[in-house]
Amino acid sequence: MNAIPQLFFDAMSLGGIYAMAALGIALIFGVMNLVNFAHGEYIAFCVFALIVPSTDAVAVLFLGKAPALLLIPILLALGAAIAVASEFVVFRHMRKATPVAMMISSFALGFVIQNSLLLIYGSRPKAISLWPDLNKPVSVIGASVPLLQIIVILATLVVVVALALLLKKTKIGLEMRAAAENFTMARLLGVRANVVITGAFALSGALAAAVAMIMVTQTGVADIRMGGQIMLVAFIATVIGGLGSLPGAVAAGFLIGAASVILQAFLPLDARPFRDAFLYTFVIVILLVRPQGLFAAHSAKPRV
Amino acid sequence: MQQTHKQKRLSAWSTPILLIAVLLVFVLLIAVLGDNSLARMAAQTMIRVVFVVGLWIFVGNSGVVSFGHVGYMAIGAYCSAWLTLKPQMKGMFLPDLWSFLANAEWPVLPAAIVSGLLAALVALVSGAAILRLTGIAASIATFAFLAIVHTVYSSWEGVTGATSSVVGLTRYADHWVTLGWAVAAILVASIYANSASGLALRATREDEVAASASGIDMYRHRLLALVVSAFFTGVAGALFGHSLGVLNPNSFYLGVTFITLAMLVVGGIGSLTGAVTGVLVLSILIEVLVRMERGVELGGTNLALPAGAQEILIGIVMILVLILRPTGLSGGRELRLRLGGRRPN
Repeated sequence: MNAIPQLFFDAMSLGGIYAMAALGIALIFGVMNLVNFAHGEYIAFCVFALIVPSTDAVAVLFLGKAPALLLIPILLALGAAIAVASEFVVFRHMRKATPVAMMISSFALGFVIQNSLLLIYGSRPKAISLWPDLNKPVSVIGASVPLLQIIVILATLVVVVALALLLKKTKIGLEMRAAAENFTMARLLGVRANVVITGAFALSGALAAAVAMIMVTQTGVADIRMGGQIMLVAFIATVIGGLGSLPGAVAAGFLIGAASVILQAFLPLDARPFRDAFLYTFVIVILLVRPQGLFAAHSAKPRV
Repeated sequence: MQQTHKQKRLSAWSTPILLIAVLLVFVLLIAVLGDNSLARMAAQTMIRVVFVVGLWIFVGNSGVVSFGHVGYMAIGAYCSAWLTLKPQMKGMFLPDLWSFLANAEWPVLPAAIVSGLLAALVALVSGAAILRLTGIAASIATFAFLAIVHTVYSSWEGVTGATSSVVGLTRYADHWVTLGWAVAAILVASIYANSASGLALRATREDEVAASASGIDMYRHRLLALVVSAFFTGVAGALFGHSLGVLNPNSFYLGVTFITLAMLVVGGIGSLTGAVTGVLVLSILIEVLVRMERGVELGGTNLALPAGAQEILIGIVMILVLILRPTGLSGGRELRLRLGGRRPN
């Protein structure tokens, strides 16, 4: 048992989850200045789509029974679908609203999704076993690491690289970057606003689905509230990374993951229940030092 | 010119008086016509008025959305519990309190005021750091503050009882007591909004750069507004504890943050009238839906909404209001009497 590599893998895999969730929020913020609080509920929705609707404590797999090769694309599509649907039903009608009004309506939308899930599935957390084999430890450079952690780290890398390629090499990616830089100007130059926004929502929803699969496999629990906590961390990571900056969101996600693993390991026992208080104090300190975030986008600076 | 200015100042004072009259009629109607459960609903509504008006003092004037005010509410609520609970109970359930607090057995009114002051003090300290930030970074920092308060209060076993509830608070906060505090909050809010500091702060809300070029120290006015605002949210917390008789850290987290912000935004974030309207409209709507969930007798059949439908409908109503009237029901305008004939253009 080797403590340092162990910590490293813990930090990287937790950070990877946070980074993916933060990317989902940063993508949408970049194109339309919307802080999407419903993102956590997209995650919860994808988790519950895996099981048969009922209020029993033991979950019966529904979509989750499908083989992985089929399940992964279906769930990603489902996440994209709910995100795009929410854009169609709610945010499309709010193009001219202030960011605060949009933020509150995304909060309200999350509230509606959460309570709809509550109505269908009941409030008790459910045991669910999706791909239990992935939690078996394997031994890597002296540390015994669940296979899943390695998959999470690899998956994050793949997602980040794929996203970077998409943004740099494709037309829609170029349009998205232009829209994130200066939305009005991009529209004037012929970028189709609705296509870009729908694309951003679809990607963001697919990222939510990826987070959902990882969390379910890792914890073995489906809980209505599981989206809220991760949404909060992801949201904070987006801001620390510099709102609108995608590399910043990824870096800050890893940073927060690493900070919370390190605090958990090195805080004295008495102080451990207060870990999150230390973590959030650390967040405020970072913001005080760099209010625009660690990687501020050029467009984030207000121009006078 | 002098004349119209005077008229405007005077008519600005009609806003709090009209709002107080509306609240008074609301509570009187319920006291005369309603049953016990309606009276409890009236008390809850007045507590929300205290909270949301307190929140408005900061958010409405500065334009910075704060997610942290429920943290000040929790601080006020627990402070009042420490000061008023019987010493024997505190010895049993909260063994780690300092001896001064453990032996305190204060009357309720000074306890409520001190709770508000403690919240204001915490706001002064936390705000001194957080308000150095602007815009969305400031909002996130208030979120982090809320998370800190929640973590501390739900883990500090010997002082707050952690996740097991604190019970046995005297339930004195009925609809009249809470109405009194709501009136006080509205008066102070409009005094602040009409003061030099309030005007300066609203100038920074409209345009930070222009305001600071005119010599306005944004940081100082924001901090002042936050401290005043935290006092009332702290008092609202104390009243909340003394109306239910039970305190639990989980009642001071995302749920309340969401519903109170929603009230503010649905009513209209730009005006005091909006804050009060939002609370009344959403509180009445919630009450109607809760009653419909319990079921309505119609021609011998019991029609009821499924449990949980209330929250879903509230969420849908909020989204609709925001889509149809993005500036809220009040549209940023104040309810006021027009004095002296025609409104000058």
